[in-house]
Amino acid sequence: MRKKLVVIGNGMAAGRVLDELFRKSPGGFEVTVFGAEPRVNYNRIMLSPVLAGEKTFADIVIHDEAWYAANDVRLRRGETIVAIDRVNRLVRTAAGAVEPYDKLIVATGSMPIIIPVPGAGLPGVVTFRDLDDVDAMLAAAAGGGRAVVIGGGLLGLEAAAGLAAKGMSVSVVHLMPTLMERQLDPNAGYLLRCAIEGRGIEVVTSANTKSIVGDERVSGVLLDDGRILPADLVVMAVGIRPNTTLAKNSGLDARRGVVVDDFMRTSDPDIYAVGECVEHRGACYGLVAPLYDMARVLAGQLAGEEGAGYAGSITSTKLKVTGIDLFSAGDFSEGDENDEVVLRDPARQIYKRVVLRDNKVVGAVLYGDTADGAWYFDMLKKGLDVGPMRDTLIFGQSYQGGSPLDPTAAVAALPDDAEICGCNGVCKGTIVQAITGGGLTSIDEVRAKTKASASCGQCTSKVETLLAATLGDKYVAGDRRPMCKCVDLTHEEVRQQIKAKELKSLPAVMQELAWKTSCGCPSCRPALNYYLLCAWPYDYRDDYQSRFVNERVHANIQKDGTFSVVPRMWGGLTTPDELRAIADVADRFRIPTVKVTGGQRIDLLGVKKEDLPAVWAQLNAAGLVSGFAYAKGLRTVKTCVGSDWCRFGTQDAMGLGVKLERLLCGSWTPAKVKLAVSGCPRNCAEVTVKDVGVICVDSGYDIHVAGAAGLHVRATDVLGHVATEEAALEHVAAVIQMYREEAAYLDRLYKWVEKTGLERVRAAIMDDHANRKALYDRFVISQRVARRDPWAERAAGRDAREFAPLAVLMPVAAE
Amino acid sequence: MRNEARFWFDLGPMEAIPKRGARTVRTPRREIAVFRTASDEFFALENRCPHKGGPLSEGIVHGRKVACPLHNWIIDLEGGEATGADKGCARSFPVKLENGRIYLDMGVAAPA
Repeated sequence: MRKKLVVIGNGMAAGRVLDELFRKSPGGFEVTVFGAEPRVNYNRIMLSPVLAGEKTFADIVIHDEAWYAANDVRLRRGETIVAIDRVNRLVRTAAGAVEPYDKLIVATGSMPIIIPVPGAGLPGVVTFRDLDDVDAMLAAAAGGGRAVVIGGGLLGLEAAAGLAAKGMSVSVVHLMPTLMERQLDPNAGYLLRCAIEGRGIEVVTSANTKSIVGDERVSGVLLDDGRILPADLVVMAVGIRPNTTLAKNSGLDARRGVVVDDFMRTSDPDIYAVGECVEHRGACYGLVAPLYDMARVLAGQLAGEEGAGYAGSITSTKLKVTGIDLFSAGDFSEGDENDEVVLRDPARQIYKRVVLRDNKVVGAVLYGDTADGAWYFDMLKKGLDVGPMRDTLIFGQSYQGGSPLDPTAAVAALPDDAEICGCNGVCKGTIVQAITGGGLTSIDEVRAKTKASASCGQCTSKVETLLAATLGDKYVAGDRRPMCKCVDLTHEEVRQQIKAKELKSLPAVMQELAWKTSCGCPSCRPALNYYLLCAWPYDYRDDYQSRFVNERVHANIQKDGTFSVVPRMWGGLTTPDELRAIADVADRFRIPTVKVTGGQRIDLLGVKKEDLPAVWAQLNAAGLVSGFAYAKGLRTVKTCVGSDWCRFGTQDAMGLGVKLERLLCGSWTPAKVKLAVSGCPRNCAEVTVKDVGVICVDSGYDIHVAGAAGLHVRATDVLGHVATEEAALEHVAAVIQMYREEAAYLDRLYKWVEKTGLERVRAAIMDDHANRKALYDRFVISQRVARRDPWAERAAGRDAREFAPLAVLMPVAAE
Repeated sequence: MRNEARFWFDLGPMEAIPKRGARTVRTPRREIAVFRTASDEFFALENRCPHKGGPLSEGIVHGRKVACPLHNWIIDLEGGEATGADKGCARSFPVKLENGRIYLDMGVAAPA
């Protein structure tokens, strides 16, 4: 008599097991399949195209009625198994029918996760798991209206694209900052977001759903921040969870999933499990490839074959949304720049990243051009040594073989009509003619004459190579220095592009400006963070992980890892109460060194990191705030006593100093900024070596800029003279705003003035009144968000974990 | 169940450490920096730069490296080795992520 094989579940994993089994051992078992859904086995991963209207149900059927008949499989559709009687080896259906088995396969798949928020049970809230869900969504879409999809992963985006294609107005709400963060790095996530938004789908990231609102049926989704997104349909697509209820109730070993060994055996020797419901070596899978691997192993077991067991799967992902090409596989976590190859083509929205370890492909993320996904995945699984083709690896399979080209030779070999500059449509021939005909020798001349590389600048290195190829030895490369090894553009070019292209996030900058690394380096990240903050004070969220430690913790790190704390003393003025408060803090926290600084204030040195919030709280209580002594920002405004006391004083130097410090404090700048105000030309406040300063005279105020007294010593230049204190404040703020908007990160103000020219600055500030007013207004606007006391915020608990260890382990006293 | 000589100590949920950041674990013998990369890999090194003892936990994490805050030595998170021309090594410790929680092997990091 043939053995009885019963399969609980009629999904893709179960179907594949039977396919393999019938091939290996035709007629070996008498097979009965129980399927909870009232239909034959279909390809669940193709539900998205059905939703989008690109396929019909008939197109995605895997096993039709004829297959069940031909293989003598009894399909009991619409019958749910509610119990397994392991003692008598039989299964029981919800209706009470029983079926005996010799071998049993549990293939119960997974359940969509329903987030437990109020309103989750309202009519109009659906999941995206089976054909019934798709039918429900199609019915809702037929009436148009608004849909909110909760979950920006694979499934959620496919649902959103399908509903949008059906004419609904769709929003995607995602908990994390970037879409599909488990499959994509932030760069590809950025491109994906652009593409999804390009279809008119609203994307709301970093958004937590608080509840689903509606009376009789759903009317909207309420987010944590109080926003309500109106909705006629809500799709929950936040993930799946292995369906282990039946296995657990039957006493099978189950944790996250039904636990199986390498041969898909559960804790009962007659019961196997396969597919999304299992947990193998601690891992659960929700993609189809691992299910098929498991199915092969299980079929071999049932057929009595001896073979290698299942060893887990490396998975790859593709998004099934027409027109969006995206692929990811393996480990694409952050590598260092030596371990990854990155190719970005901003114009064509392409991003490719192949991660290598020991010359082997360990991961790949492809966006925009995924033709080589399978090739990379194959090399990844085989562990091939790709060392010999590393230089051309990123271009794909069709570029392998042949000797690598020298870049100069490659440009020389281009035909004359090859386009070099995409922005301005300039061909190689035009550039070469301009060089030879016009006697051009530098990149700037080529830009001026032909416009090549004059816009976005990304072809700059190509044009330089062309200059070198055309002029040969006569070409002397200019001193144009790229920002860092991650990019070909200079600091100034990057800043211009951030404004021109309205780039408002780190991934946006890195993609659109063709960064060669996936997440930058310690040199470019702080610079970009500043540029974005300066360009978009209201839109950009400061990335603390891209700041140097001092600006992250608002104190100066010292050689022993302790910190120094410097409160503001406005204009160098203090009071007995402030001094008492400082003395009390120094006593209470046993601060070893108290020093008067060159900027007319007091430095408390040797403060332990975990004491910082308490030190700040106590200083705050006496009215003392952060002096930003750690910042690329306004440090001090040094003053002399001025006309208040000095017999030579011409104006109120202390008063102006305090006003300047209050106006400018809290602003972030490319490098530190120190000011001074002297009450007369004797200049006791040493204005002439400050970044910006004011020397008071009888007739008003001389504005000085571009001094330095550090590694480099430089006396200031006089920018001009103004008559009133109000004008002095406006002129100083305008200069600082111009510096903020234009300078390269870490360039002190004098360096920027030397690069851009004093005359240009003078014309912009002293002569062009409208421009100065506009600069001043922009400064004031950006100060509205910047002028806060970071100490008070942290003393009140912000970033508390920054100041506390993750864990403290001390020995337990012996008994 | 004790897994051989290993003693995996639960440091808490992965969210306790910011992406591209680090937190410290204090033990009687040493301070350990536990790092989290942009893509949720975790590494643990003694919190001392091999150069002048700077606290590596305060550095900028980029890729699988950290820049020491004192003199910008670049330390590889995987093995603790200084990169480039610099020579030296910060001791590394076994750390693992399981079900969203971080575990440090105290059998190695803080032997009894």
